[in-house]
Amino acid sequence: MKILLIDDSKTMRNIQKSVLKQLGYTEIEEACDGQDALSKIGAFNPDLCLVDWNMPIMDGLTFVTTFRQTNKTTPLIMVTTEAEKSRVIEAIKAGVNNYVVKPFTPDLLSERITETLAKCSAGA
Amino acid sequence: MDASMISPFVNAIQNVFSTMFQLPVEIGDPRLKTDRKATHDVSGIIGVSGEMVGTIVLSMPMEAAQSIVTLFTGMEFEETSDDFADAVGELVNMISGNAKAEFQRKGVSISCPSVVLGEGHTIAVQSGTPCVLIPCSTDCGEVVLEVALREAEAEVSDDVSAAA
Repeated sequence: MKILLIDDSKTMRNIQKSVLKQLGYTEIEEACDGQDALSKIGAFNPDLCLVDWNMPIMDGLTFVTTFRQTNKTTPLIMVTTEAEKSRVIEAIKAGVNNYVVKPFTPDLLSERITETLAKCSAGA
Repeated sequence: MDASMISPFVNAIQNVFSTMFQLPVEIGDPRLKTDRKATHDVSGIIGVSGEMVGTIVLSMPMEAAQSIVTLFTGMEFEETSDDFADAVGELVNMISGNAKAEFQRKGVSISCPSVVLGEGHTIAVQSGTPCVLIPCSTDCGEVVLEVALREAEAEVSDDVSAAA
Protein backbone atom coordinates (compact mmCIF):
# COMPACT_ATOMS: atom_id res chain seq x y z
CA MET A 1 0.00 0.00 0.00
CA LYS A 2 1.57 3.27 -1.18
CA ILE A 3 0.42 6.51 0.41
CA LEU A 4 1.08 10.10 -0.67
CA LEU A 5 0.96 12.78 2.06
CA ILE A 6 0.32 16.29 0.72
CA ASP A 7 0.68 19.05 3.32
CA ASP A 8 2.83 22.17 3.46
CA SER A 9 3.49 21.56 7.16
CA LYS A 10 6.29 19.07 7.82
CA THR A 11 4.99 18.79 11.40
CA MET A 12 1.62 17.63 10.13
CA ARG A 13 3.18 15.22 7.61
CA ASN A 14 5.27 13.69 10.43
CA ILE A 15 2.19 13.26 12.65
CA GLN A 16 0.27 11.59 9.81
CA LYS A 17 3.29 9.46 8.92
CA SER A 18 3.50 8.17 12.48
CA VAL A 19 -0.21 7.18 12.39
CA LEU A 20 0.30 5.42 9.04
CA LYS A 21 3.33 3.53 10.35
CA GLN A 22 1.29 2.36 13.35
CA LEU A 23 -1.25 1.02 10.87
CA GLY A 24 1.56 -0.86 9.13
CA TYR A 25 1.91 1.39 6.06
CA THR A 26 5.55 2.16 5.36
CA GLU A 27 5.61 3.08 1.65
CA ILE A 28 5.01 6.80 2.10
CA GLU A 29 5.89 9.70 -0.21
CA GLU A 30 5.56 13.35 0.78
CA ALA A 31 4.61 16.46 -1.17
CA CYS A 32 4.54 20.04 0.16
CA ASP A 33 1.75 21.40 -2.10
CA GLY A 34 -0.61 20.38 -4.88
CA GLN A 35 1.85 21.08 -7.67
CA ASP A 36 4.59 19.07 -5.95
CA ALA A 37 2.06 16.24 -5.55
CA LEU A 38 1.11 16.30 -9.25
CA SER A 39 4.78 16.12 -10.19
CA LYS A 40 5.34 13.04 -7.98
CA ILE A 41 2.07 11.18 -8.38
CA GLY A 42 2.78 9.60 -11.78
CA ALA A 43 6.02 7.95 -10.72
CA PHE A 44 4.85 7.01 -7.22
CA ASN A 45 1.39 5.80 -8.26
CA PRO A 46 -0.18 5.90 -4.76
CA ASP A 47 -3.05 3.73 -3.51
CA LEU A 48 -4.24 6.56 -1.22
CA CYS A 49 -3.58 10.31 -0.86
CA LEU A 50 -4.05 12.44 2.25
CA VAL A 51 -4.34 16.06 1.14
CA ASP A 52 -4.40 19.35 3.03
CA TRP A 53 -6.57 22.22 1.73
CA ASN A 54 -4.68 25.47 2.48
CA MET A 55 -1.25 25.28 0.88
CA PRO A 56 0.87 27.77 -1.06
CA ILE A 57 1.47 27.43 -4.84
CA MET A 58 -1.41 24.96 -5.41
CA ASP A 59 -4.09 24.34 -2.78
CA GLY A 60 -5.64 20.97 -2.03
CA LEU A 61 -8.95 21.63 -3.76
CA THR A 62 -7.20 22.56 -7.02
CA PHE A 63 -5.07 19.43 -6.68
CA VAL A 64 -8.17 17.24 -6.20
CA THR A 65 -9.98 18.82 -9.16
CA THR A 66 -6.92 18.46 -11.42
CA PHE A 67 -6.15 14.90 -10.32
CA ARG A 68 -9.76 13.75 -10.74
CA GLN A 69 -9.75 14.83 -14.40
CA THR A 70 -7.54 11.84 -15.17
CA ASN A 71 -7.95 9.56 -12.14
CA LYS A 72 -11.42 8.75 -10.80
CA THR A 73 -10.52 5.86 -8.52
CA THR A 74 -7.51 6.47 -6.24
CA PRO A 75 -8.97 7.27 -2.79
CA LEU A 76 -8.40 10.82 -1.56
CA ILE A 77 -8.87 11.99 2.03
CA MET A 78 -8.90 15.72 2.74
CA VAL A 79 -7.15 16.46 6.06
CA THR A 80 -7.70 20.13 6.82
CA THR A 81 -8.61 22.90 9.25
CA GLU A 82 -11.49 23.86 6.91
CA ALA A 83 -14.44 22.58 8.92
CA GLU A 84 -17.47 24.46 7.56
CA LYS A 85 -20.18 22.25 6.05
CA SER A 86 -19.99 24.24 2.82
CA ARG A 87 -16.27 23.41 2.49
CA VAL A 88 -16.85 19.72 3.15
CA ILE A 89 -19.53 19.66 0.42
CA GLU A 90 -17.21 21.54 -1.96
CA ALA A 91 -14.43 19.00 -1.37
CA ILE A 92 -16.75 16.01 -1.85
CA LYS A 93 -18.09 17.51 -5.09
CA ALA A 94 -14.48 17.94 -6.28
CA GLY A 95 -13.88 14.23 -5.68
CA VAL A 96 -12.58 13.49 -2.19
CA ASN A 97 -13.71 10.20 -0.65
CA ASN A 98 -13.46 11.22 2.99
CA TYR A 99 -12.78 14.23 5.17
CA VAL A 100 -10.82 14.72 8.42
CA VAL A 101 -10.86 18.02 10.30
CA LYS A 102 -7.72 19.14 12.13
CA PRO A 103 -7.15 18.81 15.03
CA PHE A 104 -7.62 15.04 14.97
CA THR A 105 -6.67 12.20 17.26
CA PRO A 106 -4.52 9.36 15.88
CA ASP A 107 -7.52 7.06 16.41
CA LEU A 108 -9.82 9.22 14.29
CA LEU A 109 -7.33 9.44 11.42
CA SER A 110 -6.75 5.66 11.56
CA GLU A 111 -10.50 5.05 11.53
CA ARG A 112 -11.05 7.30 8.48
CA ILE A 113 -8.17 5.72 6.55
CA THR A 114 -9.39 2.19 7.25
CA GLU A 115 -13.01 3.13 6.42
CA THR A 116 -12.01 4.85 3.16
CA LEU A 117 -9.86 1.97 1.95
CA ALA A 118 -12.61 -0.54 2.80
CA LYS A 119 -15.29 1.49 0.99
CA CYS A 120 -13.15 2.07 -2.08
CA SER A 121 -12.05 -1.55 -2.37
CA ALA A 122 -15.68 -2.71 -1.97
CA GLY A 123 -16.74 -0.34 -4.73
CA ALA A 124 -13.89 -1.32 -7.08
CA MET B 1 -15.60 43.63 18.81
CA ASP B 2 -18.62 41.45 19.55
CA ALA B 3 -18.05 38.95 22.41
CA SER B 4 -19.47 36.25 20.14
CA MET B 5 -16.32 36.65 18.03
CA ILE B 6 -14.14 35.67 21.00
CA SER B 7 -15.71 32.43 22.22
CA PRO B 8 -14.86 30.48 19.02
CA PHE B 9 -11.17 31.23 19.70
CA VAL B 10 -11.44 30.16 23.34
CA ASN B 11 -13.03 26.87 22.24
CA ALA B 12 -10.49 26.46 19.44
CA ILE B 13 -7.31 26.77 21.51
CA GLN B 14 -8.73 24.41 24.14
CA ASN B 15 -9.76 21.92 21.45
CA VAL B 16 -6.45 22.04 19.55
CA PHE B 17 -4.23 21.77 22.64
CA SER B 18 -6.27 18.98 24.22
CA THR B 19 -6.81 16.96 21.02
CA MET B 20 -3.26 17.19 19.65
CA PHE B 21 -1.23 16.88 22.87
CA GLN B 22 -3.61 16.58 25.84
CA LEU B 23 -2.67 19.97 27.32
CA PRO B 24 -5.49 21.64 29.27
CA VAL B 25 -5.85 25.41 28.76
CA GLU B 26 -7.32 27.71 31.40
CA ILE B 27 -8.72 30.95 29.97
CA GLY B 28 -8.23 34.29 31.75
CA ASP B 29 -10.20 37.51 31.30
CA PRO B 30 -9.99 38.83 27.71
CA ARG B 31 -8.97 42.51 27.43
CA LEU B 32 -8.38 45.06 24.71
CA LYS B 33 -4.79 45.31 23.52
CA THR B 34 -3.79 48.83 22.61
CA ASP B 35 -0.11 48.63 21.65
CA ARG B 36 1.54 46.95 18.66
CA LYS B 37 4.34 45.30 20.65
CA ALA B 38 4.08 41.52 20.64
CA THR B 39 3.09 40.18 24.05
CA HIS B 40 5.75 37.45 23.94
CA ASP B 41 8.78 36.62 21.80
CA VAL B 42 7.28 33.90 19.56
CA SER B 43 4.32 34.89 17.34
CA GLY B 44 2.40 32.62 14.97
CA ILE B 45 0.31 34.83 12.70
CA ILE B 46 -2.66 34.15 10.42
CA GLY B 47 -4.36 36.70 8.17
CA VAL B 48 -8.14 36.62 7.71
CA SER B 49 -9.83 37.90 4.56
CA GLY B 50 -13.24 37.88 2.90
CA GLU B 51 -16.41 38.68 4.84
CA MET B 52 -14.25 39.21 7.93
CA VAL B 53 -10.80 40.78 7.91
CA GLY B 54 -7.95 40.94 10.39
CA THR B 55 -5.24 38.89 12.06
CA ILE B 56 -5.00 36.13 14.63
CA VAL B 57 -1.78 35.81 16.64
CA LEU B 58 -0.68 33.04 18.98
CA SER B 59 1.98 34.68 21.13
CA MET B 60 4.19 32.59 23.44
CA PRO B 61 7.28 33.09 25.58
CA MET B 62 10.18 31.10 24.05
CA GLU B 63 10.34 28.61 26.91
CA ALA B 64 6.60 27.85 26.72
CA ALA B 65 6.77 27.62 22.92
CA GLN B 66 9.62 25.11 23.12
CA SER B 67 7.72 22.94 25.61
CA ILE B 68 4.51 23.10 23.56
CA VAL B 69 6.30 22.31 20.28
CA THR B 70 8.01 19.33 21.95
CA LEU B 71 4.65 18.04 23.18
CA PHE B 72 3.09 18.60 19.74
CA THR B 73 5.83 17.04 17.60
CA GLY B 74 7.43 14.60 20.04
CA MET B 75 10.79 16.17 19.16
CA GLU B 76 13.04 18.97 20.45
CA PHE B 77 14.00 21.59 17.88
CA GLU B 78 16.36 24.55 17.92
CA GLU B 79 14.30 27.75 18.13
CA THR B 80 15.90 28.96 14.87
CA SER B 81 15.05 25.79 12.92
CA ASP B 82 12.43 25.62 10.18
CA ASP B 83 10.79 22.73 12.03
CA PHE B 84 10.19 24.88 15.12
CA ALA B 85 8.56 27.64 13.05
CA ASP B 86 6.55 25.08 11.10
CA ALA B 87 5.09 23.61 14.30
CA VAL B 88 4.18 27.05 15.71
CA GLY B 89 2.59 27.95 12.37
CA GLU B 90 0.55 24.75 12.28
CA LEU B 91 -0.76 25.41 15.81
CA VAL B 92 -2.08 28.89 14.93
CA ASN B 93 -3.41 27.50 11.64
CA MET B 94 -5.47 24.84 13.44
CA ILE B 95 -6.72 27.32 16.06
CA SER B 96 -7.78 29.82 13.37
CA GLY B 97 -9.40 27.19 11.16
CA ASN B 98 -11.28 25.71 14.09
CA ALA B 99 -12.55 29.12 15.23
CA LYS B 100 -13.47 30.10 11.67
CA ALA B 101 -15.67 27.01 11.39
CA GLU B 102 -17.79 28.23 14.31
CA PHE B 103 -18.63 31.38 12.36
CA GLN B 104 -20.10 29.14 9.60
CA ARG B 105 -19.54 31.70 6.88
CA LYS B 106 -18.60 30.59 3.44
CA GLY B 107 -16.77 33.75 2.50
CA VAL B 108 -14.02 33.83 5.14
CA SER B 109 -10.53 32.66 4.23
CA ILE B 110 -7.39 32.26 6.30
CA SER B 111 -3.86 32.69 5.02
CA CYS B 112 -0.96 30.29 5.35
CA PRO B 113 0.76 31.01 8.70
CA SER B 114 3.80 33.22 9.30
CA VAL B 115 6.02 32.96 12.36
CA VAL B 116 8.06 35.80 13.87
CA LEU B 117 10.66 35.26 16.62
CA GLY B 118 12.45 37.83 18.75
CA GLU B 119 11.95 39.90 21.85
CA GLY B 120 9.99 43.13 21.40
CA HIS B 121 8.90 42.61 17.78
CA THR B 122 5.84 44.52 16.62
CA ILE B 123 2.80 43.33 14.67
CA ALA B 124 0.88 45.91 12.68
CA VAL B 125 -2.91 45.69 12.84
CA GLN B 126 -5.15 47.65 10.46
CA SER B 127 -6.20 50.90 12.07
CA GLY B 128 -9.76 50.78 13.36
CA THR B 129 -9.61 47.05 14.05
CA PRO B 130 -9.83 46.35 17.80
CA CYS B 131 -7.48 43.66 19.09
CA VAL B 132 -8.65 41.44 21.94
CA LEU B 133 -6.02 39.63 23.98
CA ILE B 134 -7.10 36.28 25.43
CA PRO B 135 -4.76 35.09 28.21
CA CYS B 136 -4.31 31.32 28.35
CA SER B 137 -2.65 29.44 31.16
CA THR B 138 -1.12 26.00 30.54
CA ASP B 139 1.28 23.67 32.36
CA CYS B 140 3.88 24.75 29.77
CA GLY B 141 3.47 28.44 30.66
CA GLU B 142 1.31 31.45 29.88
CA VAL B 143 0.43 32.05 26.22
CA VAL B 144 -1.96 34.53 24.61
CA LEU B 145 -4.24 34.61 21.61
CA GLU B 146 -4.61 38.04 20.02
CA VAL B 147 -7.69 38.40 17.86
CA ALA B 148 -8.02 41.52 15.70
CA LEU B 149 -11.10 41.00 13.52
CA ARG B 150 -13.88 43.03 12.04
CA GLU B 151 -16.67 42.65 9.52
CA ALA B 152 -15.53 43.53 6.01
CA GLU B 153 -18.89 45.28 5.41
CA ALA B 154 -17.86 47.95 7.91
CA GLU B 155 -14.81 48.65 5.78
CA VAL B 156 -16.97 48.91 2.65
CA SER B 157 -19.47 51.29 4.29
CA ASP B 158 -16.57 53.41 5.63
CA ASP B 159 -15.19 53.63 2.11
CA VAL B 160 -18.61 54.53 0.75
CA SER B 161 -19.14 57.25 3.34
CA ALA B 162 -15.62 58.56 2.73
CA ALA B 163 -16.32 58.70 -0.99
CA ALA B 164 -19.71 60.39 -0.53
